[in-house]
Amino acid sequence: MSLDQPHLDTSPPVSDEVRKTTCYMCACRCGINVHMKEGKVAYIEGNKDHPVNKGVLCAKGSAGIMQHNAPSRLRAPLKRVGERGSGEFEEISWEEALTLATDWLAPIREKHPEKLAFFTGRDQSQSFTSFWAQGFGTPNYAAHGGFCSVNMAAAGIYTMGGAFWEFGQPDWDHTKLFMLFGVAEDHDSNPIKMGIGKIKQRGARMVGVNPIRTGYNAVADDWVGITPGTDGLFILAMVHCLMKAGKVDLDYLARFTNASVLVNEDTKSDEFGLFLRDADGQPQVIDRRTGQLAPWNGKGVEPDLSGTHRAKGVTHRPVFHQMADRYLSDEYAPEAVADRCGIPAQRIRALAADLARVAFDEAIELDRPWTDFRGVKHDKMIGRPVSFHAMRGISAHSNGFQTCRALHVLQIILGSVEVPGGMRFKPPYPKPATAHPKPHGKVTPGAALDGPHLGYTHGPEDLLLDAEGNPTRIDKAYSWENPMSAHGLMHMVISNAHAGVPYKIDTLFMYMANMSWNSSMNVGGVHKMLTDKDENGDYVIPHIIYSDAYSSEMVAYADLIFPDTTYLERHDCISLLDRPICEADGVADAIRWPVVEPDRDVRGFQSVLCDLGARLGLPGFVNEDGGQKYQDYADYITNHMRRPGVGPLAGFRKGPDGPQGGRGDVNPNQIQDYIDNSGFWVEHVPENAAYYKPFSMDYQNWAVKMGFYDAVQPYIFQLYVEPLRKFQAAAEGIGERQPPEHLRERLKLTMDPLPIWYGPLEDDQIDLDEYPIHALTQRPMAMYHSWGTQNAWLRQIHGHNPLYVPTKIWEANGFAEGDWAKVSSTHGSIVVPVAHQASLNANTVWTWNAIGKRKGAWALDEKATEATKGFLLNHLIHELLPPKGDGLRWANSDPITGQAAWFDLRVKIEKSAIPNEAQPVMPSIKSPVPKGPSDLAWKVGK
Amino acid sequence: MTQLPPPSAKKLGLVIDLDTCVGCHACVVSCKGWNTENYGAPLSDQQAYGADPSGTFLNRVHSYEVQPEEGAAQLIHFPKSCLHCEDAPCVTVCPTGASYKRAEDGIVLVNESDCIGCGLCAWACPYGARELDAKEGVMKKCTLCVDRIYNENLPEEDRQPACVRTCPSGARHFGDLGDVDSDVSKLVAERGGFDLMPEQGTKPVNKYLPPRPKDEMPEFDILAPYLEPIASDGKGFVGWLDKALSSLPGGAK
Repeated sequence: MSLDQPHLDTSPPVSDEVRKTTCYMCACRCGINVHMKEGKVAYIEGNKDHPVNKGVLCAKGSAGIMQHNAPSRLRAPLKRVGERGSGEFEEISWEEALTLATDWLAPIREKHPEKLAFFTGRDQSQSFTSFWAQGFGTPNYAAHGGFCSVNMAAAGIYTMGGAFWEFGQPDWDHTKLFMLFGVAEDHDSNPIKMGIGKIKQRGARMVGVNPIRTGYNAVADDWVGITPGTDGLFILAMVHCLMKAGKVDLDYLARFTNASVLVNEDTKSDEFGLFLRDADGQPQVIDRRTGQLAPWNGKGVEPDLSGTHRAKGVTHRPVFHQMADRYLSDEYAPEAVADRCGIPAQRIRALAADLARVAFDEAIELDRPWTDFRGVKHDKMIGRPVSFHAMRGISAHSNGFQTCRALHVLQIILGSVEVPGGMRFKPPYPKPATAHPKPHGKVTPGAALDGPHLGYTHGPEDLLLDAEGNPTRIDKAYSWENPMSAHGLMHMVISNAHAGVPYKIDTLFMYMANMSWNSSMNVGGVHKMLTDKDENGDYVIPHIIYSDAYSSEMVAYADLIFPDTTYLERHDCISLLDRPICEADGVADAIRWPVVEPDRDVRGFQSVLCDLGARLGLPGFVNEDGGQKYQDYADYITNHMRRPGVGPLAGFRKGPDGPQGGRGDVNPNQIQDYIDNSGFWVEHVPENAAYYKPFSMDYQNWAVKMGFYDAVQPYIFQLYVEPLRKFQAAAEGIGERQPPEHLRERLKLTMDPLPIWYGPLEDDQIDLDEYPIHALTQRPMAMYHSWGTQNAWLRQIHGHNPLYVPTKIWEANGFAEGDWAKVSSTHGSIVVPVAHQASLNANTVWTWNAIGKRKGAWALDEKATEATKGFLLNHLIHELLPPKGDGLRWANSDPITGQAAWFDLRVKIEKSAIPNEAQPVMPSIKSPVPKGPSDLAWKVGK
Repeated sequence: MTQLPPPSAKKLGLVIDLDTCVGCHACVVSCKGWNTENYGAPLSDQQAYGADPSGTFLNRVHSYEVQPEEGAAQLIHFPKSCLHCEDAPCVTVCPTGASYKRAEDGIVLVNESDCIGCGLCAWACPYGARELDAKEGVMKKCTLCVDRIYNENLPEEDRQPACVRTCPSGARHFGDLGDVDSDVSKLVAERGGFDLMPEQGTKPVNKYLPPRPKDEMPEFDILAPYLEPIASDGKGFVGWLDKALSSLPGGAK
């Protein structure tokens, strides 16, 4: 032993106390252990008991201490004193702030509740904020799904009662082939990484389908560098190959999907394309036992995939026949799609063949008997061990809804949804579209809205239109422009409010969405809209209220700021009524609680709404005596009852024998019970209900017991989505509620009840020879949109964002390291640094999302690389498509759901002289908070 | 100059799986957090909110592109920290004895109270695994979380380096590479674990597991039987369907 080896204490004290709460460094919502020293946050690690992350934690989560202590934290309510956009504010008291807000909002509610547009961004309390907005009576409420991934969510719900991420996950323990389509890394973050690790350990294979080979795609065994916007075509080509070879799960399709449901085939009938239904309205199938018609859910019925039925001179054929007609067409042959997808035909065939090989030759059988909703007993669970995951990469296109549908149809024909080795839903999903509310938008001055804002439409009768057929919502959700806009269109609110179309509003009230920067298309245009004045010198959008914890770019554009807390200073509930954190094997929810008290004059936004709701006298927020019903959000979480026995938190409810999960009465100690249980609650799905959840009576009965719904509601997967056909039929002239003429052709094309592919809509309106290059963004694993930049540790990982350029374009332009390029779209130009990347689709450039920052924001130095070299691609994307010459402007969104089509962007690129900084340069905004310290050495213990 | 102890039987180190590392930087930040609050001086940051931020990190992830002769380019994520070499040149070069290799488990540490910040060790390290803390003026490096792995104040399951505990994809493994029967040694044997830059003669304890071969899916010809057509159009498909259905349980109609 070296004589010099010093004595070392290898058991130093770690912390005084560990407080367990929920992370909010991205949308993933992992459990965290917050180590405290002398009352301060010393260290954050993952919670090993937590169902989401099981102890692991990503870079963002571990950097939470820097977020919590960021100098960009707002300190007190702010009232604008300079011009909008200048960033000049004075700090005011909460009483003054709430009085001001009440003075603006109370008269609106009295006469025109719709003149409040309340949009809550990356809100994780939507069941609460929507409840507040309902009480106010405005139809204009939504969160950020419209500019994020509503295509994925809506396509999943309509097709199979759930999509990916919060709805479902691959069966990581059994899957043998995992195919990942373009993804936003935080949807979801740690579980996907854990899953990839798990399948690699087992030797299972992973295929990455993404134009960009980074992150998850870098570790995929096979990489398919697809051309952006063509995923649907590639998927349907694989469907073509599989159907043509008969490599489909016929038994599964017959029993558990509407492949067997009969469809009217008489093109002259008003019922053309609709299901044959019995007197009870149930879709009909042919029962193989009798050869006769039977309801899809009849006891013991064995639905036939092939039987046709002729009645009253009309032939009805099963959905499966229609699928054969469509997908066996040469239009979907690999040779026909290869060039457009950028994937050789033989590769498409090989991938389809591999899916078939694994699904059918490597099938899994679990000896678990179960009973389906028809009363049919099954002695085994048959697994098709191929699984998929997808998110924004395929959904943020104008053909995203149909592409997501196509992916689900591929999963379903392989028999790989809700079976061992396939995709599994997470309770309280699956839940079919018919079990969700319909949208509500009926305004009554001085009173609550007629029901929940957001939901699922099932035909033209569910659209939110006024007597003249105009949209009743400011974002035009649920109008003919996007009939199935299940998450609203937050990205259209500012544009529509500025234009006064469909009407003018008075107050724009937003929470946690950086709509003057990285969350908006056409950033410069949005600045003009937010600051524009009318002929009287008044702002066109008269009042803007915003709540944020940090000095984001959006703060400067508001008149009144409610400063929010950091995630370690607040109560929250990660509720089953909202966006749950469950796992396939368990139902779970969780809380946040103030592990430290704020040291600034800030309040949790939800608690502010409890106060403001009471001041405005909103139903649900006042007691009978008119007093404030919920003192704060914690009070609401504990005491609010949505339905009998069902509240925001499902764990530790009061039962006859003590705390119980699922349904139960209010438990005044519920939050403490959560804290004592490490911040979450989980209850496991019974083993015999673990698969086949939509069809399994064991699962259905358990779901009712837990309070997910009030009566069993088994259903079958909707390969053919009849509501789409109803909108399409309306466009063909059927029915009383008719679309405007200019939308008919587009509705006929896009509202197809079986998945189709059409090119990104922008492609038709620009010169593709001039703008041949696809341009994308990805979210880095170590950053969550704009939040990460204020974080001293994370900004050292992603402090600026070059435009990554593939070899072909790099060489064609003679680029060299350190070069800059001018990148132009039909809408605008940027000048940015470039970097070479070989592992990239040959016609695609990309950059990291939301690294670029505006000078003056986030308490950063004005010379920060984020503001000088960092940039946004948003400047190149407009919320409207280029003019067609028809006098109309069309939204740059999916025509079915209204999802923002970020990834349809086409550009051209040329070498540029090296500018002083990335262009365009926006003027600096004045910071409402002081700059951060120069140096950090962050140790709170001794 | 500082002497190395005789080689220890126990050689604690990391095994890092380059096949599974997705490059998420979880290990980087978890390490930064733990080691800012624990062992020695905090890991400082300069211009933390300024124009050109830089700070001390004991573990960083680099990414490299590889262009095979045929096929698509690949991207390898490569986490790098001190490899706790058996013949650690950073120790022998140290003029004060501050750098040392522990006799009992082989962990290479810096005794900060003896470190004069001369930087010789960082020059001697062929891996660039040491960083001089700009604020404290002492050399910082991976401690293999020596204040966690034996720490009786932590639950036993948590007595592993912070980077290993946090790694979401399970790409980082910790154990005794001196014990051929340990899980990490078995992993190295099974997966062909390798030394980083063995030609440097430092005998690193940490090992890397190579990425599995990529883009080696069988040609379609081999898989062709799986797509043998049963029909060429919808009508043919329905004919096949009728036959196929009659062979399903439940039989002919």
